[in-house]
Amino acid sequence: MCGTCGCGESDVRVTVPADGHRHGVPTEHEHEPRAAVVEIETALLARNDHLATHNRAWLADRGIVALNLMSSPGSGKTSLLCRTITELSPLRSIGVIEGDQETRIDAEKIRSTGAPVVQINTGSGCHLDADMLARGMAQLHPPDGSLVFVENVGNLVCPALFDLGEAAKVVVVSVTEGEDKPLKYPYMFSVADLVVINKIDLLPYVDVRLDRLVGHCRSVNPDVRVLPLSVTTGESFGAWCDWLRTTAPAAG
Amino acid sequence: MHELAITQSVVEAVTQRTGSTPVASVRLRVGRLAGVVPDAMRFCFELVTAGTPLEGAALEFEQPEGRGRCRTCGQDFVLADLILLCECGSADVEVLAGRELAVASVVMA
Repeated sequence: MCGTCGCGESDVRVTVPADGHRHGVPTEHEHEPRAAVVEIETALLARNDHLATHNRAWLADRGIVALNLMSSPGSGKTSLLCRTITELSPLRSIGVIEGDQETRIDAEKIRSTGAPVVQINTGSGCHLDADMLARGMAQLHPPDGSLVFVENVGNLVCPALFDLGEAAKVVVVSVTEGEDKPLKYPYMFSVADLVVINKIDLLPYVDVRLDRLVGHCRSVNPDVRVLPLSVTTGESFGAWCDWLRTTAPAAG
Repeated sequence: MHELAITQSVVEAVTQRTGSTPVASVRLRVGRLAGVVPDAMRFCFELVTAGTPLEGAALEFEQPEGRGRCRTCGQDFVLADLILLCECGSADVEVLAGRELAVASVVMA
């Protein structure tokens, strides 16, 4: 509707009337051609965020804890999951949703542990979104009260922006990637609820100081919890298992 | 290249409001700390608008600067990036602005 005189049938709100807009007689007047500005004010991630809210409610109703694991390729996400399943699955039901551009390689690794797994191949896509997670959950059909790991596409850029409806975002970084990763990819580290620093058994062989890597995580995310561990040797793995035990489903 | 998915949502957000009426230009608000590159969106825009009411529309950007507040000394300041550091030396900084990511408005053709 025209914001000045109220003419027009459209449901859009026109807030900048045109030049040459002549008023006077309320019932009969003319408009010159004009540029109609329509305020939209819609968040670009609104649809994803809406679907993520649905996911969160669906998970909360069932007491399921979903964790979104993100990292660069090769940080050890799949190895972390395999060891976690081996150690915790006698105590708790664990399922996995695997996101990769192509192949079922990671899903097969997870399957070898005995845990139920669904593979999502994103093709050219670089991240999982809330719709993909909903479809993955429908396939996985996790039991109430279970723990579901969502292994996002290995990528420290794109997945940071897409809320899936998870209880927590876990960013995995390995010491072999260098201590400046949080500074180079600040968006990813700024959204993390937990940063797992993997492969600390390799610290003697790489030019990385753990205190500096932790400091860089905190310089983009002051309150973030950081857990250095080694999946290979099991060092500090108990702290990760404790964190998993105490993480509750996100409130729906 | 998350800009492709995000630029696709521009078409959705606009046509939900304006239907099949052709659009002459689209104004987006992309904060400097949003993690989205306007040039990459511009590249995707032509692709995703082909055959839609937005085809051929001009694309404009508002880019609000990043702003933070130091939780230690209380100072507000401009954040050029997400490395959160106040002049006082504290890294305990809350991001107040710069993460905006929205369709602001369109001009109908």
